[in-house]
Amino acid sequence: MFEPTPQVDLSSGKYLKLWQGPQHPGITGNMALELTTMGDEIVDCKTHVGYLHRGFEKLMERRTFIQNFPIVCRIAVPEPTFNEYLYAAVVEELTGIESPERAEWIRTLNLELMRLASYLMWLGGIGAAFGQGTVYQWTVTHRDYILDLFEEMTGARVYHMYIVPGGVRGRLPEGFEERCNDVLNRVEKLLFDVEKVLFNNFVFKKRTKGLGVIAPEMVDQYGITGPNQRAAGFVRDLRRDAPYLVYDQLEFDVITATESDAYARSWVRYQEMHQGIRMLRQCLERTPREGPFQARMPNVLHWEVPAGETYVKAECTRGEYGYYMVTDGSEYVRRVHVRGPSYTHAIALMEKLAVGTNIADTAGLMVSLHTYPPEIER
Amino acid sequence: MSLKDLISPFYVWQRAFEKPYTQKRPIEDRPGAPRYRGFHMNSEDCIGCGTCESICQNRAIDMVPVEGLEQRPGDSGLRPRFDYGRCCWCALCVDICTTRSLHLSNHYAWVTEDPDAFHFTAGTDPMPWNENSLGYRRDDDYHLLVHDRIEMEMLGPDESVRGFDEVMKGYTEEQAVLEADRCVECGICVATCPAHMSVPDYIRSVRKRDYETGLRLLYETNPFSSTCGRICTHRCETVCVMGYQGDPIAIRFLKRAIVDRVPAERYREILGDDVSDNGRTVGVIGAGPGGMSAAYYLRRLGYGVTVYEAQARAGGMLRYGVPSYRLPDDQLDKDIDYIRSLGVEVRFNTLVGRDVTFQSLLDTHDAVFLAVGLNQPSALRINGEEHPRVLSGLKVLDDVANGLDPGIGRKVAVIGGGNVAMDAARVSRRMGAEVTVLYRRRIEDMPADPDEIHESQAEGCTLVAQAIPVEIKPAASEAQVTIVWGEAEMVADDKGGRPRPVLQEDRMHEETYDCVIAAIGQGGQIDFIPSDYREQIEFKWNKFVPGDYQQTGLAKLFVGGDIANSRADAISAIEDGHHAARGIHRFLGGSADA
Repeated sequence: MFEPTPQVDLSSGKYLKLWQGPQHPGITGNMALELTTMGDEIVDCKTHVGYLHRGFEKLMERRTFIQNFPIVCRIAVPEPTFNEYLYAAVVEELTGIESPERAEWIRTLNLELMRLASYLMWLGGIGAAFGQGTVYQWTVTHRDYILDLFEEMTGARVYHMYIVPGGVRGRLPEGFEERCNDVLNRVEKLLFDVEKVLFNNFVFKKRTKGLGVIAPEMVDQYGITGPNQRAAGFVRDLRRDAPYLVYDQLEFDVITATESDAYARSWVRYQEMHQGIRMLRQCLERTPREGPFQARMPNVLHWEVPAGETYVKAECTRGEYGYYMVTDGSEYVRRVHVRGPSYTHAIALMEKLAVGTNIADTAGLMVSLHTYPPEIER
Repeated sequence: MSLKDLISPFYVWQRAFEKPYTQKRPIEDRPGAPRYRGFHMNSEDCIGCGTCESICQNRAIDMVPVEGLEQRPGDSGLRPRFDYGRCCWCALCVDICTTRSLHLSNHYAWVTEDPDAFHFTAGTDPMPWNENSLGYRRDDDYHLLVHDRIEMEMLGPDESVRGFDEVMKGYTEEQAVLEADRCVECGICVATCPAHMSVPDYIRSVRKRDYETGLRLLYETNPFSSTCGRICTHRCETVCVMGYQGDPIAIRFLKRAIVDRVPAERYREILGDDVSDNGRTVGVIGAGPGGMSAAYYLRRLGYGVTVYEAQARAGGMLRYGVPSYRLPDDQLDKDIDYIRSLGVEVRFNTLVGRDVTFQSLLDTHDAVFLAVGLNQPSALRINGEEHPRVLSGLKVLDDVANGLDPGIGRKVAVIGGGNVAMDAARVSRRMGAEVTVLYRRRIEDMPADPDEIHESQAEGCTLVAQAIPVEIKPAASEAQVTIVWGEAEMVADDKGGRPRPVLQEDRMHEETYDCVIAAIGQGGQIDFIPSDYREQIEFKWNKFVPGDYQQTGLAKLFVGGDIANSRADAISAIEDGHHAARGIHRFLGGSADA
């Protein structure tokens, strides 16, 4: 599957070595593509990561279980909530704590709202990467409306620190449903506008169709998950296949496509945003208004989690996100491994897909894989 | 591709006529959401427990002394200082705050010329957001601490009143660990405990099920741990920070949990029995908690100790004043036997002044520690109190402890509101009497332990508050006595003291009982000290006023216990004994660090 790197003779004058990143608007964060180009065609791509390594997994071994909860959200900047949920879920599984039903609904609401916000950011990104800056202005604004909702629900716009082992930190604010519905309506209207100007756009279609095709046989070899695999025709979604929280009580469709190119991936995500709005409306309607939203907790200051190991996964915006945790019965975690989908999507897959495309498309290609370097480097 | 794909994108122009999204910040202020996690605020309720500092994962909080802060019990005098170079506004400090004094305001932007302003003490430094009423507060239904105490199994009142079995059953190991787990280890209790026991450390040893370490920690400051684990006045629990939002930690019972799990035979092995003799001797007057505590620590320092005890058994008020349903004899013996096993000699039935002279003690020993306690019941000071059916609470308890029948009859009135009154009342219930307790003030003013008050009521004692005895009269039968008492109204004290009861002469009552038990306090008896010595010693209200290290004006004499402190409880006597032991050691040329 891995073809040997073509031997290029840089001194021949035919090739140019070009670095895109680690600081570059066309890269979705701090990582670098080392491109070898011939004209504007890319003949070789090497991905470089490590510019953003903050050592979260090691940090977590030096902090108590409650102290880790404000850290994990920082692993993936644009969608911290998945980390919060998975950390809480993995600790709950090891301790046997069960978060109450009301908390499970609020968590689901949170995760889907986060997915929508993250997709809006991405939608702006894919537009901008192909010269559609206006779309970026629209979607990032609407993402901000969602951040307003997060602010009133959790007390913060980006690092919410709201889903805590045992439940959530507070009830939904008064009148939240109304304001959230209002934002959802606005986002929905915006999405139809985006469909007109982006997906029914000659330039966008021309540049994204056929770009970065992931062959179905690559999906499992490269560990591709999420919309990237669904665009290749795989009907796989953890929310449906291994339901967690209250997803088994929600109605939604698993969106798939077959072309598996940048356009198909974008279209799948676009449709998933509509599914997200559909799920959010169900959550707003069905989230219990009464009852506990936190399980009975021990004194968290010296919380000893029984020895054990487990892996908990969830369908995040970009694919399968997972937490593997080993505990030894002490107040500290022995080892945590965070599995972010960007690890597989942004390193090996990008190296493979970039070859044969041209310089102008690398940014769009990378955005179409929806990768976040921060979650590669935990 | 179609023609539509060429035309459709021009739809964007339609948006040119819509209102722009942009907000004119900072021209227009945009306040944070009502729950926004902005800058820290701290209210006056803060007691400086430092739990915020413990939980902060960024070490952004330092507990620092604050100038001008009024000193009050249960307050460390420290306040959280925030380092906004480290803070991540996770608000765990708010979630864990034991007094709920710490909040975040919804203020999130602040510009100042002071480059050091990112370091500030919340609540005391004048910050512009200090009056902010919005911002993150912990939800009422969200807890990171366990607020409810693990209840200890106890005999029901129907069962307890039938005999002298211990009422409190003690924690099981699981219960003790769960209760210990609630502790936040702030150490506010340590300053309040008269003996300054290392409470958080021994609670941790319960949590870790390491009872040997626990026992060693207990004996560093208290050789009466089995006793105090049952009947201590637990001042520590009154300041426990967990009490602000729930129940204080059952510190007293966790002490018992350690002792209950170490058999007496293992004490010498765990605590050590290596006691050298330094050739000097100390005489101790009284084998109560004060005297035996001094004896223990002096013996540990190598002194030969002789204790002179008037009674036939050691323990003092713990033995003769505390009924066995609260403190079983074998538990008191566990403490005392270990002290004696180290070579402390106790001379029983030896009353100083009768069997030996005070002067001979001063002559034989290098120093003398006196802790004779208070064993003389205070008089009621009303007419007719010399009636033979008026008994003293101490006498009743003493008789019961010695297995004698106090002869109280079937219908008893107890006068007083302290622990002796409660003990006398509960003992009388156990002897089958119908008991009425008369107390001058309100029930909440009673100096007795609240548990004692509740349990005595549960066992069927009738508590009559605001009742002032006026006269004792002979009744028709010689075996009975009549008491006249009047209702009292509480009148606020002009000088700011506690309200005082004023007799209402139009509301008088008269009732006949088989006996009246007077338990309104007790005084000391120190006639055995020759008067020329007494002139060298400072007294106030018939109590000693000791100097540094419990020393008196008579240099060789150190004093402690109920007769030398105002708290008059076991734990204070124990600390007096320990403190005096160090003082005697210093006085006799030993190191100040002992």
